[in-house]
Amino acid sequence: MEYVISVLLSGISVGGQYALIAIGYTLVYGILRLINFAHGDVFMVAGLMGIYFTATMPITVSIPLVLIMTVILGFVIERAAYKPLRSAPRMSVMISAIGVSYLLQNTATYVTGGQPMTYPEIPFLSSTVGVAGTQTKWVVIITPFLVLALVYLLTLLINHTKVGMAMRAVSKDFATSRLMGIRVNSVISVTFIIGSALAAVGSVLYFTNYPAITPTAGAMPGLKAFVAAVFGGIGSIPGAVIGAFLIGICETIIKGLPSSWDVSVFSDAFTFALLIIILIFKPQGLFGEAATDKV
Amino acid sequence: MLENLSAFIPNLPQVFQPTSPLFTVLKKAAVYSLVAVSMNLLNGFTGLFSLGQAGFMLLGAYTYAILMVPASQKEQVYYLFGGCAFDFSLPDAFAAIFGEGGAGGAVGMILSCLIALILAGCVAGFFAYLIGIPVLRLKSDYLAIATLGFAEILRAIFQWQKLGPVTNGANMIKGFTTFSSFNITNASGATLLRLSTFVPFLVSSVCILLIVLLINSSYGRAFKSIRDDEIAAEAMGINLFKHKMMSFVISSFFAGVGGALFAMYVANAQAKAFTSVMTYEILLIVVIGGIGSVSGSVLATFLYVACSEWWLRFLDSEQYIGAFKVPLLRNGFRMVIFSIVIMVIVLFFSQGIMGDKEINLGALIGKIRAKRERKQ
Repeated sequence: MEYVISVLLSGISVGGQYALIAIGYTLVYGILRLINFAHGDVFMVAGLMGIYFTATMPITVSIPLVLIMTVILGFVIERAAYKPLRSAPRMSVMISAIGVSYLLQNTATYVTGGQPMTYPEIPFLSSTVGVAGTQTKWVVIITPFLVLALVYLLTLLINHTKVGMAMRAVSKDFATSRLMGIRVNSVISVTFIIGSALAAVGSVLYFTNYPAITPTAGAMPGLKAFVAAVFGGIGSIPGAVIGAFLIGICETIIKGLPSSWDVSVFSDAFTFALLIIILIFKPQGLFGEAATDKV
Repeated sequence: MLENLSAFIPNLPQVFQPTSPLFTVLKKAAVYSLVAVSMNLLNGFTGLFSLGQAGFMLLGAYTYAILMVPASQKEQVYYLFGGCAFDFSLPDAFAAIFGEGGAGGAVGMILSCLIALILAGCVAGFFAYLIGIPVLRLKSDYLAIATLGFAEILRAIFQWQKLGPVTNGANMIKGFTTFSSFNITNASGATLLRLSTFVPFLVSSVCILLIVLLINSSYGRAFKSIRDDEIAAEAMGINLFKHKMMSFVISSFFAGVGGALFAMYVANAQAKAFTSVMTYEILLIVVIGGIGSVSGSVLATFLYVACSEWWLRFLDSEQYIGAFKVPLLRNGFRMVIFSIVIMVIVLFFSQGIMGDKEINLGALIGKIRAKRERKQ
C-alpha cells in the first residue's frame, strides 16, 4: 500500500513537471503549427543555468535569474531561428527547430565538458516529508498544486486579457488577425516567453528530484511532453495538462512494476506507443478541434 | 583501392597510409551516404517527413549481426544469456557448402554477407510496411513524431533483457563479418590487398544507383508529384497510399542495408547507438546537401563526415599560433562550431549545396566546351 502511494505520488509529480513543458509545446503548436523540438533542450539549459547560478549566488537571486535567462533564450531562439522562416514551408521550420536543438545540446556538452552535473539542493523543496507512511521530497507534494495554480493563471490570461485574445485570434488565422491590427510577431514572442518561463519552473521542479543533468536530459522529457500535448488535443491547455499527468503516472507505474518482469525499459516506449494509438484512433486528441482540409 | 597505394609506392604522404583518418572518413561516409540518400528519397522526393531512419537502421544492423555471428563465437558473445537461442548462422551454412578457407571460404563469406545485407533490408522494409499502414495516413509533422516514436519503441524492445538470447539485451553483438574481414591476407596474416574501403563503396554505390533508377522511373515521377501537390496527384490518378507506402518501404529497405553496413563499420551492433540524434544528424546532412538532390546528399555526407571526424578535429584540443593560445578551444568546441554552421545553412541557404539539382557531368563538360568555343 505504501509502495503504491509513493509510486502514485511521484507519478503525479512527474506528470506535473511534464505538464509545464507540454504547455509550451501546445501554445507554440497552436499558433505556429510547429513542433518546437528545441523546447526540451531549453528546459535542459534552464536546469544547467540553475546549477551554475546557484553555485555563485544565493537561491533567492538565482532562481528568478534562471527564469529571466530562460525567457530571454526562448525569445532569442524564436527571433533568430523561426521568425526568418515564417513564410517558408513547415518542414524547413521543423528542421530549423532540430538544428537549434542540436546546437543547444552541443553547446551544453561543450560548457559542461560532457559530465553529468548534479542539481543543487534547494532548501525546503529538497527536504523530505512523510506522507501516508512514505518518505518523499516536498517538491513531489508541491508540484501538482503549483502546476494547477499556474495553469489557472494561464487560462485567465488567455481568456480574459487582450494578449490572450490576440493569441487566440492568431492561432485561428494569421492573415486576418494581422488585418485586425494584431502584431502577429509580438504575439508569437509572448507565446515563446510564456512557454520558456513555464519550462524554467518545470526544470527547477524536475531536476530537484533527479540525480543529474546531461546535455541530452531535455530530449526525452521534451518528447514526452509533446506526446502529452498531442494526447490532450494540440492547442488545448487543459488537454495538455491532463495528458501530462496521465503519462507521468503511467510511466512511474511501469517503472515501479516488479523488477522480475523487467519492463522498466519500456517506460519511454510506452509513451510513444500511446502516441501512435492516439494518432490512429483520435488524431485530434481529447479536447482538440478536428481540422478539415480545404482544397 | 587507394589504400593499397602504400604497398606499391614507398614514400607516400601520411594521408594515404592505411591508418590515416582518410579511410575512416571514406568508410563512414560511404555508409552514411546510403542512409542519407534513402532518407532523401522519402523526405525530398516523396515529401513524407519521416524521422524513423535510426529505427530502420537498428533493425538492419541487428538482423545482419544476428545472422552473421558464427556458431563458434555465439557462446562468447551471448555469455550473459548462456548462448544464443537462435542457432542458425549464415557464414556457417555457407562454410558447409563451400568449405572453409581459400577460394571457397571467400565465396562463402561474400555470399553470406550479401544475403545478410539483403535480409537486413527486407526486415526493415517489412517493419516499415507494418508501421506504414497506420502511420502514413498522418499529416506532415504528426508523421514525423510518430515515426520518431516508432524508432524509440524499437530501441526499447531491442534492449529488453527478456529478448537477451536473441538480441543480447543491452549489450553489443560482435564477432561477425566486418569491412576489415574483406582484406585479403596471406597465410602468415600479412595483408596483401585491402578491400575494407572498397566494399562499403561498392555496396553503397549499387544501392544509390538503384535509388536513382527508381527516382527516374515513372514511380519516381509519381513520388515527386505527391511531394509537389497531393491533391493534384490524386486527381491525376495516382494512388496516394500505394505510392507513399512504396516510397516508405523502399527507403526503409535501404536504411536497413545502411544500418547493416554501419554495424560492419563499427564492428558491433548495439541498440544504444541508434538514437534520434542519429536521425537528426542524417536529416541535417540531407538538408545541407539539398532536399531532393541525390548527388547533393552524397556530397554533403562526405563533407559532413570529413569535417566532423577529421578536418575540424583540431578545434577539440588546445592550439597555439606562435606563443598565442587560441581561446575557447577544448573538448566539444568542434560540435558547437559545427552546429552553428548547420544553423547558418538552414536559415540562410535553405537550398543546401545542390538545391534540387543533380551534378551533371555531361552538361558541365558541354558548358566548358561552349565557353572555349566562344573564346576562339
